[in-house]
Amino acid sequence: MSARDLLLPLIAVLVLAGLAFSGLSGTLLNLLIFMMIISLAAQGWNILGGFGGLSSFGHAAFFGTGAYTTLILQTSLGVNAWAGLVAGVLLGAAVGAGIGFLSFRSGLKGSYFALITLAFAEVLRIASNSAPITGGAAGILLPLDYGFLNLQFDDRRWFALIAILFVGAALALTRWLERSRFGAYLIAIRENEQAAQALGVDVFRVKLGAITLSAGCTALAGVLYAQNYLFVDAHVAYGPWISIEALFAAIVGGLGTMFGPLVGAVALLGLGEITKMVSGGVPGVDLLVFGAILILTVAFVPGGLMSLRQRLTGRRRPRGETALRSEEGA
Amino acid sequence: MLSVDGLTKRFSGLVAVDDASLAAPEGRITGLIGPNGAGKTTLFAMAAGFLTPDAGTVTFAGEDVTAEPPHLRARRGMARTFQIVQPFAGLTVRENIAVGAHLHHPSRAEAMERADAIGKRVGLAKDLDRAAAGLTVAGRKRLELARALATQPKLLLLDEVLAGLNPSEIRDILPVIRAIRDEGVTILMIEHIMQAVMNLCEHVYVLAQGKMIAEGPPIEVSRDPQVVEAYLGHGAAARMQAAGGADA
Ligand SMILES: Nc1ncnc2c1ncn2[C@@H]1O[C@H](COP(=O)(O)OP(=O)(O)OP(=O)(O)O)[C@@H](O)[C@H]1O
Ligand SMILES: [Mg+2]
Repeated sequence: MSARDLLLPLIAVLVLAGLAFSGLSGTLLNLLIFMMIISLAAQGWNILGGFGGLSSFGHAAFFGTGAYTTLILQTSLGVNAWAGLVAGVLLGAAVGAGIGFLSFRSGLKGSYFALITLAFAEVLRIASNSAPITGGAAGILLPLDYGFLNLQFDDRRWFALIAILFVGAALALTRWLERSRFGAYLIAIRENEQAAQALGVDVFRVKLGAITLSAGCTALAGVLYAQNYLFVDAHVAYGPWISIEALFAAIVGGLGTMFGPLVGAVALLGLGEITKMVSGGVPGVDLLVFGAILILTVAFVPGGLMSLRQRLTGRRRPRGETALRSEEGA
Repeated sequence: MLSVDGLTKRFSGLVAVDDASLAAPEGRITGLIGPNGAGKTTLFAMAAGFLTPDAGTVTFAGEDVTAEPPHLRARRGMARTFQIVQPFAGLTVRENIAVGAHLHHPSRAEAMERADAIGKRVGLAKDLDRAAAGLTVAGRKRLELARALATQPKLLLLDEVLAGLNPSEIRDILPVIRAIRDEGVTILMIEHIMQAVMNLCEHVYVLAQGKMIAEGPPIEVSRDPQVVEAYLGHGAAARMQAAGGADA
């Protein structure tokens, strides 16, 4: 990976930061922050689902672990928010490695893998809804206390900036995947596991590495979510909503592409917000829009929004498409 | 380089490979022939670690690798092609070959460069930027060979890489295979095209119904009555039928 490879992530960060500081209203700034959080969750999902062809229905397991970890550490141990962030990411990654170890050891793929991840997330949701350490059904509240070390800002533009920087870092991570042997092996496994093995690829280890990275990235989204709303409960942390949004954003944006999850998150949440405004806030109407967009994407732009740009510029890039197909075939 | 001893594989009742042994000596091209369904591909799969034998051992470069998974055997220098081609369909030809090259070249740029060189060598120069899914049958066979070659193997297991190629394409690829051998790569090849076997192999083994029934120089083996019966019997029967049909 060269410095040039980091140019696009850098430009994206500058554009987004410019937007955050362009005098957006409070509502729009909140929307931007939320877009960044969902983008991060989807960027994590994309590493495993997009590059590795292993679609998970349970990324909530990682998101929730990140969210709970940082809030528990801060409220009960008085740890500072940044240390909580690091711990949340590490623990989320560890949960990913654990689920990966169990599933990949037994050779789970396709819908079996998707269902097992969903099962893990649901178990965590039910457990955290009753366990004392997670505050039971009441959840955990983080007291308001502005300060850089607390990762809480009176001026929410700073929080937006931090979220944007993390999105930029995740973009760079994805770029590295596209430029490294590890990434090439991961894509090879997605395309044909047997052929990859024949070429010396340790399929188990590469998958394990991918789910660990993927989980860490989505756990970071969970940390930021908890930090942004100063609250987490079982539904928010481990509920299926985040698994679905991460997956939707990645697929709609373009599987296995660097910008796909970011573009997908912005498009989905942007349209969802517009629909809510137009419809006068009918509950659940944004979910309806999400579903419709997903169906339209899979039917007409199977490579996701990013493939539209490539179609226009005439560059052939079949990766996202095959990822989607292999997922259906698995 | 490679020897398999007493390999046996059963598929629920059917004995696909039955106590078969062979050796592929270093620096040679050894052939494995036999009628359809003889168990040749199954034997390869056990040699490369994709199937676990029910009995027997696989020895590679003096070490027993019977229990080793395929990727470790690949790292030792064993590369196989698949009779039913297994391309990374969504990737370009260059990217396909680069996955093989990555085994000894961690850098992406280097792997891509190696892929270019190897692609050109097997006759895929103008297809390097195409999606592997868009290749012809012959192109896919070449890609199998190129990817295996890219791992810089000591031993190449080629499973019918010439099948589906037309006579002029076969003429083009024979010298390539010979040149690979001349560089010191040991080759064990399954092949139905006798012209190629005669042309390339110093020694051939004949597998029929899972059993190794003959071995020796190709000319001698092709005259062995047991082989003619087991192996060429198929073709002869078909020819007789065709002749009968023409007469009527
Ligand atoms: N996975 C499997 N499960 C069950 N039976 C199998 C399996 N693989 C192969 N067989 C059977 O084992 C026998 C040997 O098959 P194999 O593919 O090894 O033959 P082959 O010599 O390579 O034939 P061909 O020349 O047609 O490629 C065949 O009868 C085949 O149907
Ligand atoms: Mg075969």
